[in-house]
Amino acid sequence: MKLKGKVHKYGANVDTDAIIPARYLSLSEPGELAQHCMEDIDSEFLDKVKPGDIIVADTNFGCGSSREHAPLAIKAAGISCVIAKSFARIFFRNAINIGLPLLECIEAVDSTEASDILEVELTTGEIRNITRGKTFVAKPYPDFMMEIMNAGGLVEYTTKKITGGL
Amino acid sequence: MTLAEKILAVHSGKGKVSPGEFINVRVDLVLSNDITAPLAIKEFNRLGINKVYDPKKIVMVPDHFCPNKDILSAEQAKIMREFAHQYNLVYFEVGRMGIEHVLLPEQGLVLPGEVVVGADSHTCTYGALGAFATGMGSTDIAVAMATGEIWMKVPPTIKFVYRGKLEKWVGGKDLILYTIGDIGVDGALYSAMEFTGEAIDALPMDGRFTMANMAIEAGAKAGIFRVDSETKKYVKDRAKRSYQVYQPDEDAEYTKTIEYDVSRIEPQVAMPHLPSNVKPISQVGNIKIDQAVIGSCTNGRLDDLRLAAKILKGRQVSPEVRCIILPGTQQIYLDALREGLIETFIKAGAAVSTPTCGPCLGGYMGVLAAGERCVSTTNRNFVGRMGSPQAEVYLSGPAVAAASAIVGQIASPEEIAS
Repeated sequence: MKLKGKVHKYGANVDTDAIIPARYLSLSEPGELAQHCMEDIDSEFLDKVKPGDIIVADTNFGCGSSREHAPLAIKAAGISCVIAKSFARIFFRNAINIGLPLLECIEAVDSTEASDILEVELTTGEIRNITRGKTFVAKPYPDFMMEIMNAGGLVEYTTKKITGGL
Repeated sequence: MTLAEKILAVHSGKGKVSPGEFINVRVDLVLSNDITAPLAIKEFNRLGINKVYDPKKIVMVPDHFCPNKDILSAEQAKIMREFAHQYNLVYFEVGRMGIEHVLLPEQGLVLPGEVVVGADSHTCTYGALGAFATGMGSTDIAVAMATGEIWMKVPPTIKFVYRGKLEKWVGGKDLILYTIGDIGVDGALYSAMEFTGEAIDALPMDGRFTMANMAIEAGAKAGIFRVDSETKKYVKDRAKRSYQVYQPDEDAEYTKTIEYDVSRIEPQVAMPHLPSNVKPISQVGNIKIDQAVIGSCTNGRLDDLRLAAKILKGRQVSPEVRCIILPGTQQIYLDALREGLIETFIKAGAAVSTPTCGPCLGGYMGVLAAGERCVSTTNRNFVGRMGSPQAEVYLSGPAVAAASAIVGQIASPEEIAS
């Protein structure tokens, strides 16, 4: 699957309170959560973001709480994938489970600036920076995780397991 | 194998597991709260089944925005309550509840050697009991509620050895803040932290809970302690079922071993806006505060309240400070009341609240305005964590928080005591 979009770039340790502040956690509809995505660290994010856009960030993206509201808000805001040097582990699980693709690639992050246009091929992990004419390859997903993603998320994967009598 | 690997091997039915391996783990307890349960319930219902794997092993606690802070929170709490009753789960209503990570060990619901998963990042708190406990999201918890199993990647283990004797006023919070200050907020990313050494052997259970609680603030999957006589004493009258104690092998492999001489550690403060932005109290400087919060899943236990009371007794909270104290559970509240701690707090001019996570995550019961500063015994000081994104949160242990409440700026307990 090919994704293409404009880059919104952030630094290290973007935490879940920055992605979706806890004061909005009495909401659980993704569309409502998206209305507050990133608002404490980037008040212009919602005005700038277009469907398909890509978040590029430094290390430890999504650190902090276990709130699944964080990847839900990002996905509902129209972001097609997040590329970072590393991800916090609960955020990583949550994103895979709800179908928000994440890619780990140090070189791509270092060579990408805000507003660059990226093209991402999820099956191969290839990241093309169209603005700068450079290509990178993200760390491949373990087979086990690909199975969850190919099923469409953890609920779909588990349903298959239950009904398949596995 | 390390302690974490031993527990995971047993719970995945394998003789041996190694870091990086994907395993299916049998869970002994599944936890969620009023914020994460509604999402988990939505995903559970999508699984198309109408039973949970074992109602006695699924716990729901209304603690984050409960007692209900507004209509939206009331609706969320209602979804959880109705599901809990429908499936006959373990549920603690307001008036009997507490902050989940203080409540579950107190109730004997988590025991050594067990695997616990919770839709709350501070689920790692139970590592203090020698359990493998880790936070996950709502979808993971939905699957665990349905099947009693969840996938995990076996984490590598980093060993932390704390040598020497703690100085006065230095406790578990200071040790964990110091550690996070040293290794960074992703210093233990995807790893298990194993805490050992003579300072740990001498640390009471409440201090161990505080340390394990903040393992997530270093990015860790779990923070785990070996079971000793302290642990056994704690669970003795609480455990309602038998449990198994595991110890790491002599030849266990650690990715690294980090040693600290604790006798050189002062009370610590994490400055805004990261838990790793840590300074010893002597280097904090003059920071005027508007609020002091003492409580939370990190520091809302009886030992924490005793420490705060020791400093607040016979003194007055600065007229310019709101001091808010939240006992972690109803039992702790009652114990504190019987010991006279609550009277000490009220006479000192502090507000005492029913248990709730409220202020820690900017929910209610102590939300900050723009430009305000708060010293807090909680676990996170991210931008906007306790309210306005223009507010500042300073993390400390209860002794520093209580001393600061009196002085009106961040202060060493030594300043008050002398």
